[in-house]
Amino acid sequence: MSTPFETVIGLEVHVELHTKSKIFCGCSTSFGAPPNTHTCPVCLGHPGVLPVLNRQAVEYAMKAAMAINCEIAEWCKFDRKNYFYPDSPKAYQISQYDQPIGSNGWIDIEVNGQTKRIGITRLHLEEDAGKLTHIDGGFGSLADFNRVGTPLVEIVSEPDIRSPEEAKAYLEKLRAIMQYCDVSDVKMEEGSLRCDANISLRPWGQKEFGTKAELKNMNSFRGVQRGLEYEQMRQADVLESGGTIVQETRRWDDAQGKTFSMRGKEDAHDYRYFPDPDLVRLHIDEEWKERVRASIPELPDARQARYTEQYGLSSYDAGVLTASKQLADFFEESLKYTSDAKASANWIMGDLLGYLNANNLELDDVKVTGQGLGEMIGLIEKGTISTKIAKTVFKSMIESGKSPQQIVEEQGLVQISDEGAIVAIVDAVIAANPQSVEDFRGGKDRAIGFLVGQIMKETKGKANPGMVNKLLMERLKG
Amino acid sequence: MSITVKDVEHVANLARLELSEAEKDRLAGQLSTILEYADKLNELDTNGIEPTSHVLPIYNVMREDEVRPSLSAEKALLNAPEEEDGHFRVPAVME
Repeated sequence: MSTPFETVIGLEVHVELHTKSKIFCGCSTSFGAPPNTHTCPVCLGHPGVLPVLNRQAVEYAMKAAMAINCEIAEWCKFDRKNYFYPDSPKAYQISQYDQPIGSNGWIDIEVNGQTKRIGITRLHLEEDAGKLTHIDGGFGSLADFNRVGTPLVEIVSEPDIRSPEEAKAYLEKLRAIMQYCDVSDVKMEEGSLRCDANISLRPWGQKEFGTKAELKNMNSFRGVQRGLEYEQMRQADVLESGGTIVQETRRWDDAQGKTFSMRGKEDAHDYRYFPDPDLVRLHIDEEWKERVRASIPELPDARQARYTEQYGLSSYDAGVLTASKQLADFFEESLKYTSDAKASANWIMGDLLGYLNANNLELDDVKVTGQGLGEMIGLIEKGTISTKIAKTVFKSMIESGKSPQQIVEEQGLVQISDEGAIVAIVDAVIAANPQSVEDFRGGKDRAIGFLVGQIMKETKGKANPGMVNKLLMERLKG
Repeated sequence: MSITVKDVEHVANLARLELSEAEKDRLAGQLSTILEYADKLNELDTNGIEPTSHVLPIYNVMREDEVRPSLSAEKALLNAPEEEDGHFRVPAVME
């Protein structure tokens, strides 16, 4: 990079755990219910109520912490983080201050073919806040407390990230790991995965960190990268023109592509933490730890390594396939129906991901199955359809969810491999295009492409391409 | 330990409380008295005693992950200062 500054980034990621009930009461955590229908005296913070910890939330947090290589605390406690804002009816959030459930972890990310290890300072368990809708031009707010008390883990990275691109790779890896562990839906659009960032610049070679800004409101993976790129540029401009960076919280505005100061008061972060007297301590013994550890499935890195060894895929291809659990599962499902792993990988990365990206869809949004893909590759191997026709069939499968056999039958796409039938068409095309035939015999090889094209047109692309080439050459040379 | 009017103003601001000058004076005095009382604990010799975060010696009190009935929105909103479209309506608070 040509800039005089090194970028230093640390991310704080919140992941909603998908328990059925809230962390300290039995209210449902399901998304999208009418406002204030999932509340009770405990999560509304009425006087005299007693929160009781959800065992499943603790186990999901342990699982998540182990999957990112954290040490698990033997003892921990819950603390009250006091702040006055109407998204929290209690005026405090139950969190973990100085005894997080997990600490000193790491994950590996890959950027430009290089593997880099990013340290994780801590993972702690806490409760989510409610949702506010601002009305009347900012003079009032409407509070929906359904989300209050949904269990969250906050994962804080070390300031090891050196570029917006690395930040995006870290976030994507973290999402994949949480998805594989099955502790969260990790959907940024629904808020079950949220990301804040600390970013600062310093002259190359300087050990001390520069003054940082905290970035909020980046609601998509692309938003995280764009927000950090903007902030990196803004801070470089300030420093290069001799200014100083103010420590502050800045809000990313995705539509305008800029960050804005939130002008928070300096004392706004005086949370006056103290141990929550309503909750007793948590003790995690070896036996419990091992039981949870045993429930962690194969994680993305291990699966990627296995794909390169077992199926001979490149590390890059294996990385693409394992970046989302759904995609990796889809790939493996297809391999129950075909032994050609490379073909399956190519169809997934080319046609399937191409289609999903072009239409802004997720794999969950389409009905095609791994079984369907495996069977379609089988049809190509048997010569029932050509690779070219398969492209049409696969697109139909993605759009309709029908089996390849059904699509081939319904649309009459079975490849013509009957020699007699192809010979008849080859002869007809030769007879109809004497000029091209003459060009070819006169040495213009390109004319052959035109003739093949005409034959494919006559057969609506269904003629077996190998046979067409062979028969055409025989006829032209003979 | 003595609480100043400035300390009272700081804490009042965090809690978004508006206090008169007289109230600030009175609260500074009262809070100082409370803290001085709690300060008596510092007279104890706690060398060699493990710090505790809770008065009870029990741990791991947990419930299973089961959904139980919530309040109806009508009931939940009974204590709302104002309500609108099933929401608690509150004055805007700038973070």
